Amino acid sequence: MPSTRHGTPIIIASFAIALLLTMLPLPEWAQPLRPEWVTLVLIYWCMALPTRVSIGWGWAIGIMVDVTLGTLLGLNALSLALVAFLTIKLYQRIRVYPLGQQALAILILVAMCQLINLWIHGITGSTPQSWTYWLPTLTSAVLWPWMFIILRNTRRRFRVQ
Amino acid sequence: MLGTRLVLFIIISLVLMTMDHRYQHLDTVRSTLTLVIEPLRQVINLPFILAGSASQSLSSRTNLLSDNEELRTQNLLLKAQLQKYSALESENMRLRELLESSLKVGDKVLIAELLRIDLDPFTRRIVINKGDRDGLYDGQPLLDADGIIGQIIQVSTFSSTAMLITDPSHAIPVQLNSTGQRAIAVGNGSQGELELLHIANDTQLKTGELLVSSGLGGRFPAGYPVARVISVERKPGEPYLSVIARPTAHLQRSREVLVVWPTDGPQPQPPAVTATDEEQG
Repeated sequence: MPSTRHGTPIIIASFAIALLLTMLPLPEWAQPLRPEWVTLVLIYWCMALPTRVSIGWGWAIGIMVDVTLGTLLGLNALSLALVAFLTIKLYQRIRVYPLGQQALAILILVAMCQLINLWIHGITGSTPQSWTYWLPTLTSAVLWPWMFIILRNTRRRFRVQ
Repeated sequence: MLGTRLVLFIIISLVLMTMDHRYQHLDTVRSTLTLVIEPLRQVINLPFILAGSASQSLSSRTNLLSDNEELRTQNLLLKAQLQKYSALESENMRLRELLESSLKVGDKVLIAELLRIDLDPFTRRIVINKGDRDGLYDGQPLLDADGIIGQIIQVSTFSSTAMLITDPSHAIPVQLNSTGQRAIAVGNGSQGELELLHIANDTQLKTGELLVSSGLGGRFPAGYPVARVISVERKPGEPYLSVIARPTAHLQRSREVLVVWPTDGPQPQPPAVTATDEEQG
């Protein structure tokens, strides 16, 4: 591996866009379907550049998500740090899967992230009451192949390594 | 190596969450970090501002004329009502002075606009485009033209977050407009309704009755409409009535909200002091 570290601005920009999509106002019916954009982008970068993007990034981005959404400070930070950890542990396996199978692995990762958030919500006394809480997990997994291709092309284009 | 780092970050997160949940020490951290995402908020809001100004400059002459006409009549009506109101207000003040009561009518207000930003879908919160710079403070009440909307829970330099009265963790002291009986109205979460707690079974309550803020607790100014009762259920064997009310304010539709500096709070302190005081509460 060459030691040149290319394209940190690109990584930050991709996270900024993910945050934008997280805040973007959607019609009432589409709101429960909003994918976990930030989680997806984080998983991608952890898989592509495991030596650069890892737990620290996940935690820092999680704090930004908490500020953006107005949730408890540290809630998303914890779950995203954990997702980064698991992705780093599993990336060698996930990377060689075909895209469809990758999506399945993503489904499990995002579901775990959601489960941790649900626990913390429960402990602080604001449990979401409907099953629509789990819809983002599904939409995230469905969108994964496209996310993967877009981010991979961006990475190659700007030679982020 | 990786595992130790994970454990470290998890511990930091847990400490942060506990501090954020139990105490208010992190408010400054949060508002500083909000400055980082402030550009993103503005970027999202930009298309709506542009669309608004475009539709304004493209709206047809006939539309403007009819709007103008309508507003003129409305203005006339409101002015007529206001005349009566100001007479009543001065009379009320005079009578209160006679009674040596300290209640004052006429609060200072500021118009703020909603930023079109979605927050956590399982809470009822909004972001407005006024903040620290305009003198807003934590716990400040928000109104629209038809009633109380909620209160500010976090102030940043250029924008602030407010909790709606329908948020499950929000409660507002109210009283029945007809009888003056006091109650607590708690948010119902996703259904956009309020629930009245601890209303004794023998209370006379009809649907359609207006609930106004009672001003107890000192956070909301007294006498503003809050909600209308839409259902009263008397369950045999239960000590309390189950009462549901719908907010009079248009929580989902308002584009502009009024931020109020109440003058009749129990603690007549300047906003800055009140803010630090109420953080403890």
